[in-house]
Amino acid sequence: MKTTSSLLENAPVLLRDWATAFLPARARWFADSLIDIVAILAVFGLLFAFLTLAERKILGRVQNRPGPNRAGWFGLLQPFADGIKMLTKEDVVPAAADQVLHFLAPVVLLAFSILTFAVIPYGRNLVPLDLDAAVVFFFAASSSTELAVFMAGWASHNKYSLFAAMRALAQLVSYELPLLLSVVPVALATGTLSTTGIVAAQAGWKWGLVPRWLVFTPWGAAAFAVFMVSALAESNRSPFDLPEAESELIAGHLTEYSGFKYALFFMAEYFGMCALSGMAVTLFLGGWQAPLPALEFIPSYAWFAVKLLALLSGFIWIRATLPRLRIDQLTRLAWKLLVPLALVNLVTAGFWELSAGWQGAHQPLRWAVAIVLVAGPALLLGRSLGSGIGPRTYRYA
Amino acid sequence: MFGTGLLQGLAVTAKNFAGSFLVRERFVTTQYPEERTKLPEAYRNFPFLVSESHDDPLGTLRCVACQICEKECPPQCIYIEKSRDKKPDANGKMQIYPAIFDIDTAVCMSCQICVEVCPFDAIKMDQVFEIAVTNRFDGLMLDKHALAKPNEYFHSIHPTEAAEVDGRLAASRRAAEEKARAAAAAKAGAKPAVPGPPPPTPGAQP
Repeated sequence: MKTTSSLLENAPVLLRDWATAFLPARARWFADSLIDIVAILAVFGLLFAFLTLAERKILGRVQNRPGPNRAGWFGLLQPFADGIKMLTKEDVVPAAADQVLHFLAPVVLLAFSILTFAVIPYGRNLVPLDLDAAVVFFFAASSSTELAVFMAGWASHNKYSLFAAMRALAQLVSYELPLLLSVVPVALATGTLSTTGIVAAQAGWKWGLVPRWLVFTPWGAAAFAVFMVSALAESNRSPFDLPEAESELIAGHLTEYSGFKYALFFMAEYFGMCALSGMAVTLFLGGWQAPLPALEFIPSYAWFAVKLLALLSGFIWIRATLPRLRIDQLTRLAWKLLVPLALVNLVTAGFWELSAGWQGAHQPLRWAVAIVLVAGPALLLGRSLGSGIGPRTYRYA
Repeated sequence: MFGTGLLQGLAVTAKNFAGSFLVRERFVTTQYPEERTKLPEAYRNFPFLVSESHDDPLGTLRCVACQICEKECPPQCIYIEKSRDKKPDANGKMQIYPAIFDIDTAVCMSCQICVEVCPFDAIKMDQVFEIAVTNRFDGLMLDKHALAKPNEYFHSIHPTEAAEVDGRLAASRRAAEEKARAAAAAKAGAKPAVPGPPPPTPGAQP
């Protein structure tokens, strides 16, 4: 791996070291961590603000309208106007609600979703917490957010909120499995659970042209697809936004929340989306690696940002397109398609690693076997996915 | 092949997204206070009083205070008081005019019955919609100063109807002149018929 030592590349770390240089060694570690936390909160807080704007703008354009364009230039001040509105709203807590849990739910949700940001490598040497089991930590924290959703639903003492909480748990049980199973081959192939290690394993280019990102292997592409579908469900985004299905459940677990607590829920949703996209970038899209050797002069964190924004706009695009699934369709998709595909993918990844030494004429054979192993089960399972759930027939008394 | 439906859907939304930037006709939203759409000709809301002259809208009202509209108005939002004197109308004939003509737009239901019954084509439907006021009693009560609008304005909002009304009025005016001339000729016998002074010019034709 070539190490670039350009000033721009190392600017964030240099800046932090310069700011804390005068402190003694022990206090310095603490101050460095604090600066990391502030930087993450500032960057992702602003990203959240402008992501809401971008989402509304893109949804508007898809529906052939301009989206918010009144507050500031092209509506750029809209997120701040929304923030002020949320802050000045009355915070209503239902009399029958569990006061403590009702207050804790948005806090816990946000805390867990911020925790997930700790282990993502944002650039070369830019990882706040370089854990050996970073992937495990990430999924432990991100799946705990569903617990907070359940807290919110239960504490509100409202039947719609409770339905939302039940759906959130059903979704968690269904989608946590394919999400984790799609990550297992990555650990298998790279031999590490550390996110920096996974990014380092994807360095370099084949023939100096094709990056060695995991998504460019047959099993990697399949795992990436399964991961992204599960990530959609995990972050409660459309078409899997069943817990807050506004046409069925008012606002689901958000029904009894108002003012800034409501804003916190939204912030947590977008943070979760950003964290899962960041993890997908790290696991499958080579993290902060540049796609071409010639483009390495652009700082690594810029590449990470580009990939992250691309995935996030994908999320928004899907939200603009697909209608919401029913709960039975949602669980059917998880158990009958994603889980088997992720399991078969383990075998494919194993084969791919075993056949790593094949040379010459064996190389096309290796690709053919791997592609058949990926596409065959997907086609077979996809065909049987819709069987047995034809159009419903309603019988009237 | 499963999944093709999803891709088709994504293609449709992508096409709409790009099209909203590229194709002007797709982008149907009007940025209202800055730009306005032309209202359709058939759009109507509240009545106004047509007057012949742009310069003196109150002096040349077509209304002769016959009070038919006041009597026909289902919600009774029109209040008229006749004048005690008479003024020459568009045809030069002496007519009563409305001393007070009030329409309470808080009560008006925009049914257009006053327009249907008016024999003088003096009251027509307007197209104003930015009429929000802070006082719902006085602010929504329109008197004849607010209601009187020249015939040119009528032409600008309902061109077809205005042209038809103008034609009808001109025809009746011609018929009246013919009749007067014939009567004068019959009465005077030997005397040469002298045409009366030309009537005040009606509103400009479009």
